[in-house]
Amino acid sequence: MSVTEAKASSSGVTERRELINDFSITVATVNGSGSQTANNTLIRAIHKMGVPVSGKNLFPSNIQGLPTWFTIRVSKDGYIARRERAEILVAMNKATIAEDIQKLESGGVCLHPLEEPLPVQREDVTTYAMPVLDLSKKSGADAKLRPYVANMVYVGTLAFVLGIELDEIEQAITFHFSGKKKPIDMNVGVVRAAFDWAAHNVTKTDNFRVERMDKTAGTFLVDGNTAGALGALFGGITFAAWYPITPATSLADALNEYLPRLRREPDGKATYSIVQAEDELAAIGMVIGAGWAGARAMTSTSGPGLSLMAEFAGFAYFAEIPAVIWDIQRMGPSTGLPTRVSQGDVLAAYTLSHGDTRHICLLPGTMGEAFEFGNTAFDLAERLQTLVIVLSDLDLGMNLWPSEPFAYPAKPLDRGKVLTTEDLTRLKGQWKRYADVDSDGVGWRTWPGTDHPMAAYFARGTGHNEAAGYSERPEDWQKNLERLARKHEYARTIVPPPVIDARDGAEVGIISYGSNDPAIREARDRLAKQGTQTSYLRLRALPLEHTLVEFIKRHTRLYVIENNFDGQMHSLIQNHAPEHAARLVSIAKCDGLPFSARWVTERLMEQER
Amino acid sequence: MTTTIMPAKPANTNLVGLTKIDYKGLPSTLCSGCGHDSIASQIIAVSYDLSLPPHRVAKFSGIGCSSKSPAYFLGRSHGLNGTHGRMPSLATGATTVNKDLIAVGVSGDGDTGSIGLGQFKHMLRRNVNMVYIIENNGVYGLTKGQFSATADLGQTLKYAGTNELPPIDLCLEAIIGDCGFVGRSFAGDPRQVQALLKAAFSYNGTAVLDIISPCVTFNNGEASTKSYAWGKDHDAPLHDITFVPAAEEITVEYEEGTVKEVQLHDGSLIRLKKLERDYDPTDRAAAIALLEKAKAEKLFMTGLIYYNGSRPTLTEHENLVDTPLAFLPPEKIRPPREALDRINAEFM
Repeated sequence: MSVTEAKASSSGVTERRELINDFSITVATVNGSGSQTANNTLIRAIHKMGVPVSGKNLFPSNIQGLPTWFTIRVSKDGYIARRERAEILVAMNKATIAEDIQKLESGGVCLHPLEEPLPVQREDVTTYAMPVLDLSKKSGADAKLRPYVANMVYVGTLAFVLGIELDEIEQAITFHFSGKKKPIDMNVGVVRAAFDWAAHNVTKTDNFRVERMDKTAGTFLVDGNTAGALGALFGGITFAAWYPITPATSLADALNEYLPRLRREPDGKATYSIVQAEDELAAIGMVIGAGWAGARAMTSTSGPGLSLMAEFAGFAYFAEIPAVIWDIQRMGPSTGLPTRVSQGDVLAAYTLSHGDTRHICLLPGTMGEAFEFGNTAFDLAERLQTLVIVLSDLDLGMNLWPSEPFAYPAKPLDRGKVLTTEDLTRLKGQWKRYADVDSDGVGWRTWPGTDHPMAAYFARGTGHNEAAGYSERPEDWQKNLERLARKHEYARTIVPPPVIDARDGAEVGIISYGSNDPAIREARDRLAKQGTQTSYLRLRALPLEHTLVEFIKRHTRLYVIENNFDGQMHSLIQNHAPEHAARLVSIAKCDGLPFSARWVTERLMEQER
Repeated sequence: MTTTIMPAKPANTNLVGLTKIDYKGLPSTLCSGCGHDSIASQIIAVSYDLSLPPHRVAKFSGIGCSSKSPAYFLGRSHGLNGTHGRMPSLATGATTVNKDLIAVGVSGDGDTGSIGLGQFKHMLRRNVNMVYIIENNGVYGLTKGQFSATADLGQTLKYAGTNELPPIDLCLEAIIGDCGFVGRSFAGDPRQVQALLKAAFSYNGTAVLDIISPCVTFNNGEASTKSYAWGKDHDAPLHDITFVPAAEEITVEYEEGTVKEVQLHDGSLIRLKKLERDYDPTDRAAAIALLEKAKAEKLFMTGLIYYNGSRPTLTEHENLVDTPLAFLPPEKIRPPREALDRINAEFM
């Protein structure tokens, strides 16, 4: 059987499938079975062979027993977007095996446990039955650990079938277990046993192979929550409060891992504090209290937690207290689909709270940006004395993405406008907390503990005048709102500008943001091959700014592509550039999955026709 | 004999050279005769007496009549008037990043007993270092007279009708919540309020003072246990309480068995002189029993109800550097380039 023929997809787009370093592997398991270790081992080994690779975990909101799928994409061209179908299936979950095998690409390969015969036979699929039970028994692992080491059977078998170097697999296992001998030996033992079994028993009839390249040198794989936490750490975080919520928990976990290592004095004393709060209301309250007192403080949460923070968000906005929230977005409803990705919090985050609030939102799209915005968020929060929300998402936050090494912050910390005791002495105590002395809408503040008789002010969210005095006078509040509007205009000029990749003569302009980036980049290549040249603007912050409008003006047809149902960013852009609103087409979906290049290409071509 | 000549202290100034006026705030906008204003006056008096440096004091409050009052005392101190019931979290964050702050929170019974009950309990659990005052009047004043969660069972009010639910005893909640300093007092007893406040400021951890503070507009009828009349008639002090600052020499001798002393963290003393009964505020079970009895029999027991100085505070748990986190210089909070190089290398 040949699997190299060109194949017509449903859209009529012709895809040529390469067999070397260009395919996807879906590993179907039951959650709680410890397959993450096996999958990460495969990814790391392939990455170390110089072959671009990425992984996406589609997992249920459950501890044990529900189906989970991990997709590993091997791409010699460096594409890392999710693919809708895989060529190789590792079918470890009997509950979904019938469905899983139907989804396999024609010409694909299915590996399954010998003990679980395939319920459906496909003539166009190569199958290999692995003696999972036998090899995990022989591993010497306790009965309790056997289901975990069983996963290493497919690692060893795949290593043989695909030609993944055993050496790299062993090193990946050593890396995973941080050099701990016992688990390393046990897992490596199973991998080797499975590899040997395959070498003697498998007659390879498929043509898929991993072959060493040199396209990953100097890069590593990391998740966005770790990148963000490290960014915050190198951004001078001194206080974090958080409440457990998927998919944000691993950001707090990373702070808990790295802060004790990097931010303790030789005597063991900490230059930071992390508090696990009783809920998200308390988490943001603590962060605002800390920000008011002069600390760089942040919390991490997801949509439901963000909703709970709404009142305090408005308080921070009007009392003008720096604070940072990382919102690792997940699917919408309060309790539903916590393990599925979405960009559904854009409008909610931008205007979170009541009473004309507009917050700075940062939109990281790469691991480097997750790191960078970890510290940029603090600089902006303190410079603008306001809440900054970093809108990440589950795909960015929890999946493994390739990354260049993180870049050390180029600029010193920007602590914003803070009056010290010396400043106040020089000013003879004459200052007003909310006076716009610099015409940028941002007043000067003092920290509690500043030793000067005139240092103190009374911070409140309710009506106040320039001097922070209580006021219900209409003109005072109107003036305050006008100043806050000026501050927002100033913010437009200092938030991270969009990244633009313009192609000469392109009539089509694509606008997107965040984790959609890989799918859009790949889709643009596909579109270009089909003769449709596109320019691409990737937003990196709210409020929107002028280069976006310039980009819109330069293109005839514009598509705003995003992962939510209503096209939330699309509506913000229409509001920002009302004279161009009619030319802005929304391409949006919200099914809990990251975009594929195919989907983006097809939806865009539907509009182009 | 040598004579040490001390520089003369200007008249009417305290140890930090300030007058009582320096501790005042803005004029109150609360109703004339409000118990909260009386408490604000005691805070001013106590802060002056204790020579608190105003710049180190941080005032916190939530929402309600009580929460407006931090504007009416210590005008030289920073104030943070937050959201309803959520003041404990603000204070937790602020006192963690600046452990040198002397934090005082003013709350009400709606703030603490209803919307903020969760944050109240978790503040106690963490033992945030602050004085937490509940100005308890059993009624929502700013919204014009609804029952609060501390209102008496069966009480009748013009706006709210009859209260059919039992009250929450916030002192009992505090003790159950492992708070180590729990006092109850009456805004009409300034001497006792002052003594408790002084001790509270010297306590290392959360000190809760539940002060019955009558609402003259909505809940001051004679039958209300939160009224001036009831307070004056029923106030039953557990002991005569005096605060003895650390520096003060002890001169008076007491008859054995009539005085109990509690030594605070900073060396100061709480001196409890026996009145009618023997009461040991360090006996947790006795404190709970006392409050249960008071609730059942509608007794108004005041004084230091419970004391336990053994729990570490939140910042002690966190093992923080000596400099307040908020004041750490950039080089202390941003690790050097080599640290990032190492992290990058680890990921490779």
